[in-house]
Amino acid sequence: MKVFMGMWSWLAAAVVAVVAGSALAQAPVEVPFFYPVAVGGPITKIIDRFAADFEKENPGIKLHPIYSGSYQESIAKALTAVKSGDPPVTSILLSTDMFTLIDEDAIVPFDDLIKTADDRAWLASFYPAFMENSQTGGKTWGIPFQRSTIVLYYDKDAFREAGLDPNHPPATWKEMTEYAQKLTKRDASGNVTRWGVQIPSSGFPYWLFQGLTIENGVNLMNQAGTAVYYDKPEVIGALQYWLDLVNRYKVHPPGIVEWGTTPKDFFERKVAMMWTTTGNLTNVRSNAKFDFGVGMLPANKQRGSPTGGGNFYIFKKSTPAQREAAFRFIKWVTAPERAAQWGIDTGYVAVRADAWDTPVMKQYVAGFAAAAVARDQLPFAKAELSTHDNQRVTKALNDGLQAALTGTKTPEQAMKDAQREADRLLRSYK
Amino acid sequence: MTRTREWLYAWLLLLPAATLLALFTHYPAIANLWHSFYSTPRGSRPVTFIGLDNYRALIDDPIFWQALSNNLWYALGTIPLSIALALLMAVWVNGHLPGRGFLRLAYFTPTVLPMIAVANIWLFFYTPGYGLLEQVTGLFGLPSHNWLGSRSTALPALMVVTVWKEAGFFMIFYLAALQSMSPHLADVAAIEGASRSYFFRRVTLPLLMPTTLFVLVNAVINAFRVVDHIVVMTRGGPDNATALLLYYIFEIGFRFWDSSYAAALTMVLLTLLAAAAILQFAFLERRTHYQ
Amino acid sequence: MITATGVQASYRISRSLETLGAWVLGILWVMPLFYAFWTAFHPPAFSTHFTPGAPVTLQNFVKAWQAAPFARYFVNTVILVTMVLAAQLVLVTLAAYAFARFRFPGRDVVFALVLVQLMIMPDVLIVENYRTMTALGIKDTILSIGLPYMASAFGIFLLRQTFKTVPRELDEAARVEGCSPLQTLWKVYVPLARPTYIAYALVSISYHWNNFLWPLIITNSVESRPVTVGLQVFSATDQGIDWSIISAATLMTTGPLLIAFLLFQRQFVQSFMRAGIR
Repeated sequence: MKVFMGMWSWLAAAVVAVVAGSALAQAPVEVPFFYPVAVGGPITKIIDRFAADFEKENPGIKLHPIYSGSYQESIAKALTAVKSGDPPVTSILLSTDMFTLIDEDAIVPFDDLIKTADDRAWLASFYPAFMENSQTGGKTWGIPFQRSTIVLYYDKDAFREAGLDPNHPPATWKEMTEYAQKLTKRDASGNVTRWGVQIPSSGFPYWLFQGLTIENGVNLMNQAGTAVYYDKPEVIGALQYWLDLVNRYKVHPPGIVEWGTTPKDFFERKVAMMWTTTGNLTNVRSNAKFDFGVGMLPANKQRGSPTGGGNFYIFKKSTPAQREAAFRFIKWVTAPERAAQWGIDTGYVAVRADAWDTPVMKQYVAGFAAAAVARDQLPFAKAELSTHDNQRVTKALNDGLQAALTGTKTPEQAMKDAQREADRLLRSYK
Repeated sequence: MTRTREWLYAWLLLLPAATLLALFTHYPAIANLWHSFYSTPRGSRPVTFIGLDNYRALIDDPIFWQALSNNLWYALGTIPLSIALALLMAVWVNGHLPGRGFLRLAYFTPTVLPMIAVANIWLFFYTPGYGLLEQVTGLFGLPSHNWLGSRSTALPALMVVTVWKEAGFFMIFYLAALQSMSPHLADVAAIEGASRSYFFRRVTLPLLMPTTLFVLVNAVINAFRVVDHIVVMTRGGPDNATALLLYYIFEIGFRFWDSSYAAALTMVLLTLLAAAAILQFAFLERRTHYQ
Repeated sequence: MITATGVQASYRISRSLETLGAWVLGILWVMPLFYAFWTAFHPPAFSTHFTPGAPVTLQNFVKAWQAAPFARYFVNTVILVTMVLAAQLVLVTLAAYAFARFRFPGRDVVFALVLVQLMIMPDVLIVENYRTMTALGIKDTILSIGLPYMASAFGIFLLRQTFKTVPRELDEAARVEGCSPLQTLWKVYVPLARPTYIAYALVSISYHWNNFLWPLIITNSVESRPVTVGLQVFSATDQGIDWSIISAATLMTTGPLLIAFLLFQRQFVQSFMRAGIR
């Protein structure tokens, strides 16, 4: 009896050991990640499908996609999680959050994970314009995933009505002003029924403003994120041009133009040309009941647009196994076919050149030429405003722009005040 | 029961509530005060004691003063108006006006709709060009106006949304109070020849005082607490014209990640609320009628 | 000279004006809801044009349903609101009873400390509370949304006031019959405080149904997110606002509550009315 019992307990112990051992050996690597939804469409479904497909090909990894709201909320969630010691392994966050994340010691650069020649080739395949906001101090901190630029949408039918060539969007500031003057319609009592052009100024006017300043020859900050140039004459000149559209030429609505309702304004034909993200392409295509076109932003001294959108980051508080798993996912999801499909489904600009050469993308562009405008603009695109203490430094500019656009301050005063505030904030980072 | 048993009993009764309060109110509040004297930890930089620096920065911060002034105007604009409207609505619904079932429902529906949802609808109302208000003013030939996009009208526009949301909620309390007033009073007043407004001023209003104070507490709390509509409609703009204190705290704490400055700002908000609460409760304890 | 008919006439005029005023206000008040109905049931092209005879569609509801799991969000909200209210009623009753009817050293000091929560609402202490929740290990649960609110100073204050008005004779009568303090509480105080409970319940439900900022911070997953946070997925897109879908989502999630009020409003007001708020 005793021997019998002894044998059973041996067997039990052995079974337990085997099971425990195999469980330990095969415990899947958990990779929670935050993702924002900033465009319409079944994004959550697409992300979930990505996760499922990736897990099928990589059985040892378990992805936990967590929808975290808008970009603002996502960075809020990510940083709150970092501060309470419980961050995700990776996240899609704004490319401009890079310095904030570095300062909070929240992320690790990708350089340690990029070991093979294949990896290096993969890194080199992303458009340089998108990498500008992803690298600093010689290291790569973010991988572009859902990126955008500003483009000019215009009402072709309105162009025809005004005697303009519907296949020629304005190529220079002068043309934009002239076209806008022809396109602005007024009723009998002098009230405007259709504006010529509108550039949104609510929420984050700095982004749209960057379009104007790049076109006027200067970007707003240095690459190290330690200095901004809000009060350069070219910048003030760009702001003056914006104000002239409102006050001098009267082709642009007064006050603050709401970002969220600008596409609707376009559909309602209350405005003939609008500046907004390329991410709105599918939205405009579905809802504009008239012939519309997409053009690059007009040049003054040069063509230009800031980039926008989100990158993948890898968080510091993670095990090496988790980092490798996350890295593998990031490489997988930015493969050319997937990048192309993501671009088509969401309206974001596919982040690598070879994605544009895939058959599915070629077919898409063949059927919808407007989709390629953002890509064609990329050689002229520059980094989005991004510095240390980014949100605050950006807010200083936003407030200044809104003050100028509501007539509370002159452009010079507004930009000088913004510069002073930014200098004060950046002092400790120099 | 004996003294010791009495206070043992009392403490047992209090224990659950007291624990939760200590954990989620008192401890965080003290932690907040503590943090306002220390710098914000940032990844590589450790926390250092900075004394009153945050408070000095606060005094020099024009946006703080703007937010403070905005909040005070906002409170002034929404609290009396929503209470007065609530009372008016209650009187109307209570009096035998035709269709009062519909009216009661109409006045109350804003309460049921979350602010996040209605803020978007109000955004449509205020949209220049084709928004509802524009369509109506257009009928009268009035010029177009960018309500949310100009500094002078943005905050009042938000105040309207708040009053719309709150008045119906307060109405219910007034309605109950009105309906529980003895009808004798009205009869006696009619016999004595008192006019409606006299009766209202001298009899109804004083009897409604407890309800008014109850409603006032809620209104004051909400004037400082609800910032959802700002998040959706103006994001504090244009140029901080619609920044309220809590919204600014949220921006500083969760956009700029300056938790120590946010803590200092919070202390200001807490002081304001403390002052308001003390005033109200001094009143409440004294004025309430016990029957 | 004021004739009877003269008085009657002016009375009728003022009544009619009042009725008109009340109705105009009522229609203004219901506009947003009406607009929500209009846009939810019509295609986006008609969301800003009120042309009668526009085609009716259910597509917006389909799209809204697909965009986020609203049924789950609704269930979460119901659980949250119920859980918070139940906990509040219990905790608040016990504490108010202690303050109203027991003498113990430090009572007034403790009461003042309780009142502090009236000023320091959990809404203002977000970062600190987030840390606490993480330490407790209950982050991203419905419980974590409700926990900071369960000990409600407002409720304690209200109920203490109400309990204080209960005549001592009733208390003594119950004691004479051999009731323990808790039994007295249950048999005497609670029934008499019913209107206060109802008023408080209304405040609590409305507050937590509409609460947005704290749930936004503390929840991450579908299993714990309430309706307000879920609705917000439509508020912040790059693509701008689609009023049709937002309205459809709003109606889907607030519909049940609206219908409940529609059906039960009379009972609601009546139970308030029975003794009123004092």
